[in-house]
Amino acid sequence: MVNESLVILSFITTLLYSVGTIGYLIYVVRTEVTIHRIAYGFLLAGFLCHSLGLALLVGQIRQMPVTTLPQTFSLFAWAIVGSYLAFQLKFNIRVFGTFVSPLAVIFMLLSSAIPGKIIPTSQLSQSFWLILHVSTIFIGNAIFALAFCAGIMYLLQERQIKTKSFGLLYRRLPSLETLDSLNYVCLTFGFPLITIGLISGFVYAGAVLRSFWHWDPKEILAVITWLIYAVLLHERLAVGWRGRRAAIMAIVGFSIILVTFVGATLVLKGHHTFMRG
Amino acid sequence: MDRIVLIGLNHKTAPVEIRERFNLVCMDTRGPLSDLVRLRSLRESFYLSTCNRMEVLCTSPRLDEGIGAVVGLLGEIYGQTGAALKPYLYIHIDQDAVKHLFRVACSLDSMVVGEPQILGQIKDAYRQATEVKAPGVVLNRLLHKSFSVAKRVRTETRIGSSAVSISYAAVELAKKIFGELEGKTALLIGAGEMAELAAEHLISNGIERIAVANRTLERAMALARRFNGSTVPWEELVEELRKTDIIISSTGSPEPILTGKQVRKRMRARRNRPLFFIDIAVPRDIDPEVNRIDNVYLYNIDDLQGIVEINRAERIKEAARAEHIISAEALKFDTWLRTLEVVPTIVSLREKAEQIRETEIRKTLAQLDSLSGGEIEAIHILTRSVVNKLLHDPILFLKRISTRSRKDLYLDVARKFFRLDEDQPETEEGEDQLSLDSDKVS
Repeated sequence: MVNESLVILSFITTLLYSVGTIGYLIYVVRTEVTIHRIAYGFLLAGFLCHSLGLALLVGQIRQMPVTTLPQTFSLFAWAIVGSYLAFQLKFNIRVFGTFVSPLAVIFMLLSSAIPGKIIPTSQLSQSFWLILHVSTIFIGNAIFALAFCAGIMYLLQERQIKTKSFGLLYRRLPSLETLDSLNYVCLTFGFPLITIGLISGFVYAGAVLRSFWHWDPKEILAVITWLIYAVLLHERLAVGWRGRRAAIMAIVGFSIILVTFVGATLVLKGHHTFMRG
Repeated sequence: MDRIVLIGLNHKTAPVEIRERFNLVCMDTRGPLSDLVRLRSLRESFYLSTCNRMEVLCTSPRLDEGIGAVVGLLGEIYGQTGAALKPYLYIHIDQDAVKHLFRVACSLDSMVVGEPQILGQIKDAYRQATEVKAPGVVLNRLLHKSFSVAKRVRTETRIGSSAVSISYAAVELAKKIFGELEGKTALLIGAGEMAELAAEHLISNGIERIAVANRTLERAMALARRFNGSTVPWEELVEELRKTDIIISSTGSPEPILTGKQVRKRMRARRNRPLFFIDIAVPRDIDPEVNRIDNVYLYNIDDLQGIVEINRAERIKEAARAEHIISAEALKFDTWLRTLEVVPTIVSLREKAEQIRETEIRKTLAQLDSLSGGEIEAIHILTRSVVNKLLHDPILFLKRISTRSRKDLYLDVARKFFRLDEDQPETEEGEDQLSLDSDKVS
């Protein structure tokens, strides 16, 4: 029963996100506030539906919903949409949704396309440190996903201004300054979160697996990602790295996160493998 | 029913010698507004005059007479007869008049399509007109509608959003780079009409400080005074790059005054904050190499001119969307106007009923002199509610038919049915009603 309703909820969520995404794409062509409001409404509805689904899932498996790859994708989509909805309230850059919402749809589709079975509850997965590890890493990465979108928007806009060829997006995209500060804000929120995420992960590993470091491919990539963002933040504060370079770094950083997230799980082996039975 | 008439001339129909005549007339006085109000063939009126147009908007119960009177009056102002002026005039009636007013308010009929001043001018003219109570129910509604249509067109199309002058195009670009211009500083190198215009635009868009550099100090000081800014010695021009955000350059120098190398070196000191060069000089003042530096943007006069051309073309495209909105809104206004047509019938129906009620009450009370005040009041309340209940459905019906094409027929029947027109020939129903009346009297 629960499984069936989970599937239905997941389907409805994907549908709502997709309609929201289509709305945001229409918004680019016809900049009407009403269209944006409707698209935002669909995303919000999808988010609530998604939250309900995740709550049911957690109630059923009694641990963080990251036991399989589909669950992980779904949780990540949820974190992206949630962070976006919050950022939109704060910054009100309407066209941002056009770039973020497709990401959510992609992750939802991946989540339903990839088979994955739920593994039985293990004692390992109920530690406070693990919960902290998973939630901070997911929200932090979701915010970096936003920075990735902001980076793409920045590069698109910067290219148009530099080359003096203005397309449809020139008017829709906000100013370079706004996009750059969006990137910075994402960095200041995301970096502390993934830092906490890494530390809690090490603490958990040290306590449960009796060693902080395992040369697990995911661990290595995660540290590399962390270093990239650390360099970006440092250079930004120290010598004023901004604009194009910061945008490219945000894009590279998130690409490595994606590799860590998907690639390492599918291809490489290690204790972070979600599908491990 | 009154007709809406719009008589006017604009830059397309009349040469400047004629247009300026009307512009002068309204400089010192209210213009012909006071004369318009006096015209007996008009019910409501409104007068607008700008450099490029003159429009008289009015409603008249007698169309031809009204038009003749207005054209005659305009001819007088022009100093000739109405017939002499007629070739320059356009006359729009009803829906066409409404659409024309909307098009004017939305700046679709302007010389520079999309320029925003016209709406303010209409609002001013409207204020003047209301002071002498020239517009009434219809024109008040129509003019207010034109304001909201203009606002809708402005928000839903990009008719007025793109810059069609070089200096404004520069400001728009600056906004796309810096976001808000508050707290930013600009450096003006050299002088020239276009550069000064751009500086003025920057100031009105919130730029905080303007510095001026010129080879001749006197000129620099004069400009600095004008923009309430400071002067920069010519020799320290390059160092000023650390502090400034926008550079407008228009010197007569034959070779570049700033090279890519000079700019690149200052970017680190600026902590890579963006730098925007507007080079309006020919030959160019800024080395084109500068545009390759990260966070530095360089636009020369041709680049800006290119933007202006694109924007002009876009405005024309957006105008088509605006026309669509205007047609829809004109239709909505027409619907409202139609409901107005049934109002007189409803009013006379109510009046007639009230009249009958009062007459009958008077007769009844004359025979019953022993009633107390409370009892008289009760009779009033009773009769009033009978009348209201009885009229409720017919009035609703009349309101409902107001948008139908055959409403004239319905209105005619309604007026005959209740015999609302005194001079109505007595029909059979009329006789029946008469005999009923006489029954009551006897």
